[in-house]
Amino acid sequence: MIEFHLDARSGLSPYLQLIQQVRQALRLGLLSEGDQLPTVKDVVARLAINPNTVLKAYRELEYSGLVAARAGVGTFVTKTLADSSLAAHEPLRADLRDWLARARKAGLDDESIEALFATTFRALTEATTEAAIEEEVR
Amino acid sequence: MTAEAPVLQTTGLGKKYRSRWALRDCTLSVPAGHVTGLVGPNGAGKTTLLNLAVGLLAPTEGTVQVLGGEPAGNETQLAKVGFVAQDTPTYAGLSVADHLKLGKHMNPGWDAAVAEDRIARLDLDPKQKAGKLSGGQRAQLALTLAIAKRPEVLILDEPIASLDPLARREFLQTLMEVTAEHDLSVVMSSHLVSDLERICDYLVVLVNSRIQVAGEVETLLATHYQVTGPRCDPAALPADWQIVSASHTDRQSTLLVRSDTPVVEPGFTVDQIGLEDLVLSYLSEAGRTGSRGHKELEAQR
Repeated sequence: MIEFHLDARSGLSPYLQLIQQVRQALRLGLLSEGDQLPTVKDVVARLAINPNTVLKAYRELEYSGLVAARAGVGTFVTKTLADSSLAAHEPLRADLRDWLARARKAGLDDESIEALFATTFRALTEATTEAAIEEEVR
Repeated sequence: MTAEAPVLQTTGLGKKYRSRWALRDCTLSVPAGHVTGLVGPNGAGKTTLLNLAVGLLAPTEGTVQVLGGEPAGNETQLAKVGFVAQDTPTYAGLSVADHLKLGKHMNPGWDAAVAEDRIARLDLDPKQKAGKLSGGQRAQLALTLAIAKRPEVLILDEPIASLDPLARREFLQTLMEVTAEHDLSVVMSSHLVSDLERICDYLVVLVNSRIQVAGEVETLLATHYQVTGPRCDPAALPADWQIVSASHTDRQSTLLVRSDTPVVEPGFTVDQIGLEDLVLSYLSEAGRTGSRGHKELEAQR
């Protein structure tokens, strides 16, 4: 069972935050097929949010085929997002740690590190998308 | 939460105290199955509207119906509505157990199991006098009484205004838990928008005894835009823009625009707006223009 939390400063609506947290738990293998999500009552009693917000998030997860509601019982995970790539997480995490240590050593503060990562990530994503579009045009 | 009669429906509702109108021209239809926030500054008419809805006040003009019935019209109607009045009043001289006994005696649909379970979970001593409880505990006791009568709609008047942040959070947790558990509709007034942001999916803004805007929170957020750009003449803006508020410097104009179609205008930056900013814009605008602004709003809606 996972526990939800809300970040008031994230800029994402509570309903999107709930969806994101389930997807993330699925991707990291914290949730797998057959696991139950917290009941609507439990979530609202913990977070003090509108029950419709939770229902909406669960419905959306159901549409994407990740969970299924069983009447009177609860909502259960039907699909996992953690594929074979999960095995690659650990070595990649180790690489990332090394890289972060090197960035610190070079004198970058947290903000610079985040900015560097974000801009590189964005540039790379844009380059790949453009390449894909060009490929399609051809 | 089925498509039954609206939780609260008013037509031209008004209440006059001597020469002063506390509520005027109030026409509303709040559907069932929502947690509705009634927001407005102190003295806007929130308590008057809620007291009319529960039958503690009689309208001077217009009509009000709750779940399709006349407020406090008969026993069935009384049983359908749970009410927690302003400042969550309890009887100081009576114990917690006495309150439950009283509740049982006065409500035909009283659910003793729900009441006792809540008291146990709140860790309240049944022998404790209500006058000795903390503000948070007293609010929870008042809420317990309103819930244990098993109403269909729960109406609360500023239940958390006087509570500290922790007690406020605990109260809202309980409120949302019972809302989910018993499929309740809730109408709750507050002058604190931030408290309502997480729990309300329907909003009614009341200023100067008049309704300024009402609707589903999602719809309100999707149809309001913060627009900034070079200084402009409001008359030159697209006709389908309803300007909620506008402020100008010598170079720049900042507008809150309500529009059912997406707002796109060359040279202007268009941003989504948060609920708190949206409500505050209506409050400050209504405060500035008085009731005249309302007429224009009404006409454009």
